Amino acid sequence: MKAKSPVIWPLLGLAALVLLNAVHDLGFLKITLLDGHLYGVPIDILTQGSRTMLVALGMTLVIATGGVDLSVGSVVAIAGAVCAVLLQGGHSLALTLAAALGAGLLAGSANGLLVARLGVQPIVATLILMVAGRGLAQLIVDGQVIIIKSPAFEYLANGFLLGLPVAPLLVVALYLATHLALRRTALGLFIEAVGDNETASRFAGLAAARIKALAYIFCGAGAGLAGVLAAANIRAADAYRAGENMELDAIFAVVVGGTALTGGRFSILGTAVGALLIQTLTTTMYNLGVPPAIAPVPKALLIIGVTLLQSDKIGRWLGGLWPKREAA
Amino acid sequence: MCAELLELRGIGKAFPGVVALAGVDFTVRAGEIHALLGENGAGKSTLIKVLTGVHPADAGEIRLNGAVIRPGAPKEAERLGVSTVYQEVNLVPSLSVAENITLGRQPGRFGFLNWRAIRRRARAALARLEVECDVDAELGSLSVARQQMVAIARALDTSARLLVLDEPTASLDEKEVAELFGLMRKLRAEGMGIVFVTHFLDQVYTVSDRLTVLRNGQLVGEYVTADLSRLELVGKMLGREVSDADFTSHVAAPAATMQPVLAARGLGRRGAIAPVDLALHAGEVAGLGGLLGSGRTETARLLFGIDACDSGEISLKGATVRVASPRDAVRLGLAFCSEDRKAEGILPNLSVRENLLVALQGKRGALRALSPAEQVQLCEHYIKTLRIKTADTETPIKNLSGGNQQKVLLARWLATQPAVIILDEPTRGIDIGAKQEIEQLIAKLRADGLAVLFISSEIDEVVRNCSRVLVLRERRLTGEIAGAEITSERLMHLMAGTHE
Repeated sequence: MKAKSPVIWPLLGLAALVLLNAVHDLGFLKITLLDGHLYGVPIDILTQGSRTMLVALGMTLVIATGGVDLSVGSVVAIAGAVCAVLLQGGHSLALTLAAALGAGLLAGSANGLLVARLGVQPIVATLILMVAGRGLAQLIVDGQVIIIKSPAFEYLANGFLLGLPVAPLLVVALYLATHLALRRTALGLFIEAVGDNETASRFAGLAAARIKALAYIFCGAGAGLAGVLAAANIRAADAYRAGENMELDAIFAVVVGGTALTGGRFSILGTAVGALLIQTLTTTMYNLGVPPAIAPVPKALLIIGVTLLQSDKIGRWLGGLWPKREAA
Repeated sequence: MCAELLELRGIGKAFPGVVALAGVDFTVRAGEIHALLGENGAGKSTLIKVLTGVHPADAGEIRLNGAVIRPGAPKEAERLGVSTVYQEVNLVPSLSVAENITLGRQPGRFGFLNWRAIRRRARAALARLEVECDVDAELGSLSVARQQMVAIARALDTSARLLVLDEPTASLDEKEVAELFGLMRKLRAEGMGIVFVTHFLDQVYTVSDRLTVLRNGQLVGEYVTADLSRLELVGKMLGREVSDADFTSHVAAPAATMQPVLAARGLGRRGAIAPVDLALHAGEVAGLGGLLGSGRTETARLLFGIDACDSGEISLKGATVRVASPRDAVRLGLAFCSEDRKAEGILPNLSVRENLLVALQGKRGALRALSPAEQVQLCEHYIKTLRIKTADTETPIKNLSGGNQQKVLLARWLATQPAVIILDEPTRGIDIGAKQEIEQLIAKLRADGLAVLFISSEIDEVVRNCSRVLVLRERRLTGEIAGAEITSERLMHLMAGTHE
């Protein structure tokens, strides 16, 4: 038997939030079929949350190795800027996407090099790109907000496939592929081992540095794709605002999803639920008319609540309130 | 004096899947040194942790000087007069000696520290121990033995009435042990009660007045040390009669004509070990002897590619190989059990299964994952053959006792089917029963044709297990003896650099 799943608390939080919304407005849960496409608030949440989910996927692996990647928001901006400039220059969609992904890979490689090979502390190493990256994005678009006029590009973020929104489909596919790649191979074990005790992992013959670098590269690639979705969503590259605070949302999603910041055990499913929880909360506050200025407060309360529920101490305390029945 | 200082009655403690203590009584009188003995998983560490408030007991009561106490945290226990030095040094390596000694109870006012008072108190604490040590030195720069002394000084800095020493001698050399014993006797004369947890029977007979034996979480009995023979004691600890022969088996010398499996020529690293030549043959257990700091671990680390050598070369079955990392070493068929289980061995939060398979999986590579069925089969095989006590394969390894953790680590390496295995203090912090099992395992590995490099501080252990011993002294290889030449006396002379 496996120990109790950490996913249970964010799932309960998500359920509670959905319930709250449904009570407030019965239309919340309503999904309608219009022109063969699905519409409704839950669909909006999935579509709007897809970018955070994508960034949080890579962040999960980085955090599992015991690190953190603060640069993802800036990488989102860089990738968006690359897309806008290439599309404006009349380049093909394939080349544009490849370039955006390449930019993410490159950024991730830079972080991986600093952290895994040169031993720079993850916060410091990725802070460099967090600050410099936004400047780089501004440089690419020459300080302008570039409007993108490419229906094919926009389709990625706002289109529908067989009635379902494309962006969430893409993200779900990536989550599944990542899950299989990590759990059907030994990569997941290696990442958890390195995060749990790097020295012991190295002494057991694991290429700890390479495994860590891979996590950052993967995270960079995810941020690059998220940058594509962000630019496609608003049909523009805004180097100043794109991906702003996204690193924080992603870290929240990972932690709320049950992966500890100290590294080791990770849960991709938990991260997905955590990201959805955060997006649902954002949408809820929008629906309830909470002014954007105080929106971070309920968010913070939610995060505190879920992380407290996950802590061992509170768990023991709760266990004492409802004593477990003795096994027969 | 024979007043009962500490009385534990009917102590019970259970962890998920394991009953660690069941109805244990334990009494320490003022002015005595009381040894606490037992095999791995007997419950010694748990009893200490209950006493010091790390784990609250599920049942039973603790009386100190007749009054019932319920320490909920180590700090509370300290305040009540119970001070503890744990098995693994639990100090902060990056802080100074003075800071470590006074940590958590620094003198000062309004949140400001009084640095002069801190240094003065640290100096006084060390002076009481008669340890000469710069209180401004960073703790991490000291030897493990010195760090241990600092830990004891820290424990004595409070007004302790009961001092608990959980395997304090594991990393001390003979002279330091003697110093420690002198200090323990002095404190005993002052009326302090001392609980002494150890695996070294010699030390039990040298220093303790009484002893309590635990086995499988239960009390076996309390005895006056002088009235209990060594053989009886071992019998009580193991729960079976032990014949003398168990301790005197000797290993035959190997045929030295074969090509060595692993050979090093002029292997060295400045500041760690002067260039050494050594060869390991299939089917032999070669010992690497020497005092603490003689360069034993350093040699092992060079062989396994953990540290880079700056001279010499390594060859495997006659061919020169490059061992630039542990990963290279594992792929070449080497295995290395580190002496520091906690920092360099276990993946604490991962399961027994994952800990056991990580090296094999690393050797196979990420893409050739073992199937769940293969994983379970391998784990169950090793859990059975090495008699690893664990609730199941998914238990986090940190929940196992030290000896069982060590067995999992040995299994980790055996699963890779190595040609050469380097065991650095494989029996450290492990009781006699598990020690014997590990020694039997080493004998079996030799019979199976492995080359074993065995590093141990315990001379008897080296004598019992090795067919050849390389002796290091002051970071250079100073001698080699084989077969019938291996006696504890001869070894001690070589280690100490004295002539017979």
